[in-house]
This record gives sequence, C-alpha cells and structure tokens, in this order.
Amino acid sequence: MTTVPLLDVDDLSVEFRTRDGVVRALERVSFTVGRGETVGIVGESGSGKSVTALAILGILHPAARVTAGRAVFGGLDLLTAGEDRLREYRGRELSMIFQNPRTALNPIRPVGRQIEDVLLRHANLARARVRERAIALLAEVQIADPARAYHAYPFELSGGMCQRVMIALAVACSPALLIADEPTTGLDVTTQAAILELIGDLARRSRMAMILITHDLALVGERCDRIVVMHAGHVVETAPTAELFAAPRHPYTARLIASTPRPGVTLADLRPIPGAVPDLRGVLPPCRYRPRCDRAIAACEEPPLPRLAAGADHTVACRVPL
Amino acid sequence: MRLAPSDSPASGTAVPVGPAPPLVEVHELSKHFAVRGTRQSLYAVDGVSFTMERGECVGLVGESGCGKSTLVRLLTRLLDPTGGRIRFDGRDIGVVPARRFATAPERARIQMVFQDPADSLNPRFTAFDTIAEPMRRLARTADRPPLRRRVEDVAELVGLPRELLGRFPHQLSGGQQQRVGIARAIAVDPALLVLDEPTSALDVSVQAVILHLLADLRRRLGMTYLFVSHDLNLVRLLSDRVLVMYLGRIVESGPVDAVFDRPRHPYTRALVSAVPVLDLPTIEASPRSAERCSAPTAGARRPRMRLGGEPRSPIDPAPTVCRFYGRCPEGFERCEREMPELRPVGPDHLAACHLVGETTP
Repeated sequence: MTTVPLLDVDDLSVEFRTRDGVVRALERVSFTVGRGETVGIVGESGSGKSVTALAILGILHPAARVTAGRAVFGGLDLLTAGEDRLREYRGRELSMIFQNPRTALNPIRPVGRQIEDVLLRHANLARARVRERAIALLAEVQIADPARAYHAYPFELSGGMCQRVMIALAVACSPALLIADEPTTGLDVTTQAAILELIGDLARRSRMAMILITHDLALVGERCDRIVVMHAGHVVETAPTAELFAAPRHPYTARLIASTPRPGVTLADLRPIPGAVPDLRGVLPPCRYRPRCDRAIAACEEPPLPRLAAGADHTVACRVPL
Repeated sequence: MRLAPSDSPASGTAVPVGPAPPLVEVHELSKHFAVRGTRQSLYAVDGVSFTMERGECVGLVGESGCGKSTLVRLLTRLLDPTGGRIRFDGRDIGVVPARRFATAPERARIQMVFQDPADSLNPRFTAFDTIAEPMRRLARTADRPPLRRRVEDVAELVGLPRELLGRFPHQLSGGQQQRVGIARAIAVDPALLVLDEPTSALDVSVQAVILHLLADLRRRLGMTYLFVSHDLNLVRLLSDRVLVMYLGRIVESGPVDAVFDRPRHPYTRALVSAVPVLDLPTIEASPRSAERCSAPTAGARRPRMRLGGEPRSPIDPAPTVCRFYGRCPEGFERCEREMPELRPVGPDHLAACHLVGETTP
C-alpha cells in the first residue's frame, strides 16, 4: 500500500505468565488496515486472533505483557501510549464488538442509558440532546420501536437485538476503526446475515475500517477485502481475499480451505488438518506449523521464520510455499 | 422409500424381511408449554409429522426457538407430548410417560450426542467410566472382563486410543472429548442416534475428523441419524433428507439437494441465502498468476433475501394464520386466513406454502 495505513501492527509479540510457564501467545505479528478497509483475521481457536485485538485496544489481561512491537494508529503507537491517551481513543476512534453481547452489556442498566454513557464520555453533545441521539442510534441499527427499546434491559432483548445494541454502542462516535470479534457466533444464520449486513452498511457509509475476527472462512470470504491467516500466534499469510482463496501459498491456509465445507464438496473431499495447534509454552520451533506440515524440510528448523512477498500485498511466512 | 444399506443389518435389531417399516413415524406431534402466571400456552412443537427410514440421516434445521430442541426431547422421550404419536420400530413410545421411559426397552436404542462435549461429559468420570456407564445401566453388562473389552472395542470404533481411557475430560482435547461422547452414545447399540450440533464447539480442522467418523459409523453400524444443526453446509454433507422447522411447524422437507438447491418455502429460501458460502475464485492460466484474479470479493456477493418484521409470537398462535406471515416477503391475504399444509412439490419433497405449485420452481 502506498498511502500510510490507518493501523500498522508491526512485530507485535505478547506473552502470558502462567503458573505452568510463559505462553508465547503472539510472536512478531504484523499486518495493516487501510482507511475504510475490511480486514478479516481467521484461524483456529488458540491462534491468537482475540489477543491481537485486545493488545491493539490495550485491554489485555493483567497476566499478559507486550514484549515487542508497535501498533501505530493515526500516528500514535497504541502500545506505548498512556492509559489516559488510550481512553480518549477507545470508544471515539477505536471500538470493539464482543462475541457475546449478553455478557458484554451491563445487565442492570437499561440499554439506552448504556449508549448515553458512551455519548456523554466521548461525544461533544449537549446533555439535553444525548437521549435523542441514543434513540436515533437504536433506530439506525434497525431496532423496531427504539423509544421503547431504550428502556429495555439486556435480558429483555433477544441475542440478535443485544448485538444490535452493542453495534450502536460501538459506532456511537463514528470510530475510524471497528474491531468485531466473532460478532455473530451463536446467532442464527438469518440474524447473522442481517447483523453483518448492518455492520457492512454502517462501515461503507462512514468509510469506517473494520477488523473482522472469526473462525469462519466462508464468512470472511464474503465480507472482507483482505485476510490475515493466523496459526499458533503467528501470521502465516496475508493476501487480498480473492487471491487468498484462488492461490493460497501457505500450506496451512490451503489446509484450512480444504477442511471447510462448501457447495459441490462431498464429505469424502473434506480433509481434516492433521495434528493440533501446538502448546505455546516452552521452546517452540521457528515455524509453529512445522509439526503439522507435510511439506517441511530441514531448513524449516532454522530461525528466523521468513516472511516472503508472494505478490502485491501478499505475504507468506513459509520456506516452502505452495 | 429408502432402505438401510444392504451391508448393515442394524446391530441388535431384528430387521424384518421385505420392505421394513420406517424406524420412526411421528404423527401430528405437539408440545405446548403452559406460560406461567397466565392461561396461555407456548406452542413449541405444533402438529409435526415425519418419518425416518432405517439407516437414513435426516437433518433438522431452523433458527433458535423454532422447536428443534423440544422435538428432540420428545423423540428421546425426555418430555411428554401434548398430543400426537411417536412410533419407534413399530411400537408407540409416545404413550410411555417420560418418567417410566428410563426403564423401557427402547431407552437404550435411542441415544444422543450433545453439542458441547466439555459440558456434557461428567468431569469426575474417566473416559472409560463415561463409556461404561450406559452399558452398566442399560445393557446390564456389569461383569468386569466383558465390560472392559466392550468399552475398549467401542473406543477403537471411534478412534479413541486405549491409553486415553483412563483420562478425565479436562485431560482430553476437544476432538477426543467428542469421540468419548460418541462412544458413550453408541456403546449400547442404538438404532437411532440424535446428533445435536455435534461439531459446533470444534474447530474446522477437527470438525472434518468428527464428520468422517460419524459417516463411517453410520455405514458400519447401520444406525439412523437425526442431525440437528444450524449449519446448512454440514447438514448437506451428512444428511439424505432435511426437515426445515419454523415456529413449531415443519415448513419444508425433502432430499437435501432438492431443498437446498431449489428451496420452495420462502423461509427456506431466506435461510439458504443467508448461509455464507466459500466461493473459490478460479484463475485462468497458471495458479501462480495472482494478478489476474478478480477484485476483492467484498461487496460483490450473491443477492441476499432479507427478512423484515418480527417473528410471530409462539404463544397461543392463531390456528388459521401462517406462522411465517408478517416476516414473509411474499405473504398475501390468504396467508392470514388459512394455515398452509405440507403438500408435494417434487419427488419426496414437501412444502407448506400457499404459493408453491403456483410459482415456477
């Protein structure tokens, strides 16, 4: 990309201290998000997708430590910025939609009041106009009868409705970047489609950039401009969506595609990925996919893990790419 | 009519010679729950009829609240129906009270695999104990040596290494836990296996393994499956036929390819169009010439059918109004005064909509 990206994550490494040793959750994670771009992060559980998002927002668990790297957003390195500075950014410039809206919302506060809290903290709005704006936001996320929904508690709303409230909270101050972590997991397919359509519309209208984190390859394929594939705390491949699916270069990406059900594929064609995501404690090989890989050669044991350019805006972390 | 695969005489079951009757026949089955503090009822399952042939895999799809789980709990006889019949292998099991079903001979023959293996395995039971439990309780094989051998045989069948039998659930991976869940269910030679979202808690890499295992077990043991899932791609992979439920009623049923490729009920069409599909773009010339592939796919998607409105209330629904009316993009005046019944729209393919037959497929 020739222009300066909106978010530039560079060599981000995160460790967790646990009783059983240090978990190297992220190692040299790098990717960029352009203005108005939708980037998907995919991978199996334990690949570090959510940790990446939490690190960018500076809301990691206290046991976690950022050991290296930068995450530059609009000229500011979020990883070294002070908490006061971050607090100004979160909610206004950067916001996040969490996986389970019911647990992410405050259960004992009406949802309209929760939206007002965000507006009062971050938006330059007269107190008298806040309520009006909160109701307008509820209408914007297509909640029927927003004036009534304003007074509802999360338990009175369905999962899909709670997720719409979460979206209203997240976009209340028109952020430049929205991080959506599995925003539709646990929702019905029809609701899932409606929610993603809604987020997509909002993003297009206000040129909002988005990071969509999911384990669902089909979903990122339909919704994202570019995809970041993660495995065991590494970014193994990044590429524009069509290119990634047409010509995956990392063996793991190819395996992930081959294990995803799709039309025209029978059960016999569906191939599992051998092995499991490795234990991230202790000494790890430079390539963490090495133990599962059928293309590995002796050189794969030698550090460092390469990051090759496989085309315009296409990188692959493999010595023997496809 | 579908018959069990020829190489699979249902284990432990005497299969009659000639065209066998269906394993499961459900007729006008209903379950209404009283709404507390009122005289109203919630119609969770309302007048559902279908059959399951021996050796068949029937998929059951629909959104949450459509009555899938209640239907499963009626079939597995954990709940008493409000009305209707459940015939299992020729016997009317719907009349046996749920409390007494635990001792009924059919109890061992209907087994279930649950959604989240971490939640559905007893954390204090080793894999061995979990698999042995139904044998002890239902098959009465309490003698130590044969029990040990049976458990090991079943573990081998599901691909669970023998050395893992002494482990507790937290010492097993998600895939291994689900193998234990499947082993427990097939330990007593069931004829009907109910699979309730068996892979939704697993990663795609492991999901494929479990799907292969389930398909293989069905072939080898001749079991009949009821596969409940919200993932239409999976239902299509594993099932022969599919039932689509909406607010307590079956709105469409038929062979998976017919229903998914040519859905006739507007709800099924909405459901099918909402499923994300992994489209692999093809590139002309060599697969390396990445420059030639099309622009990013975002924005250039298949047309989606959007459902407006709110679902109708399942509480005391009007018996003459189509349950989908209000959300249906094609609803018209007749839908409000007459409940559409299931009627044939193709070979073995039924749909409950006034418009089917009048529109071209």
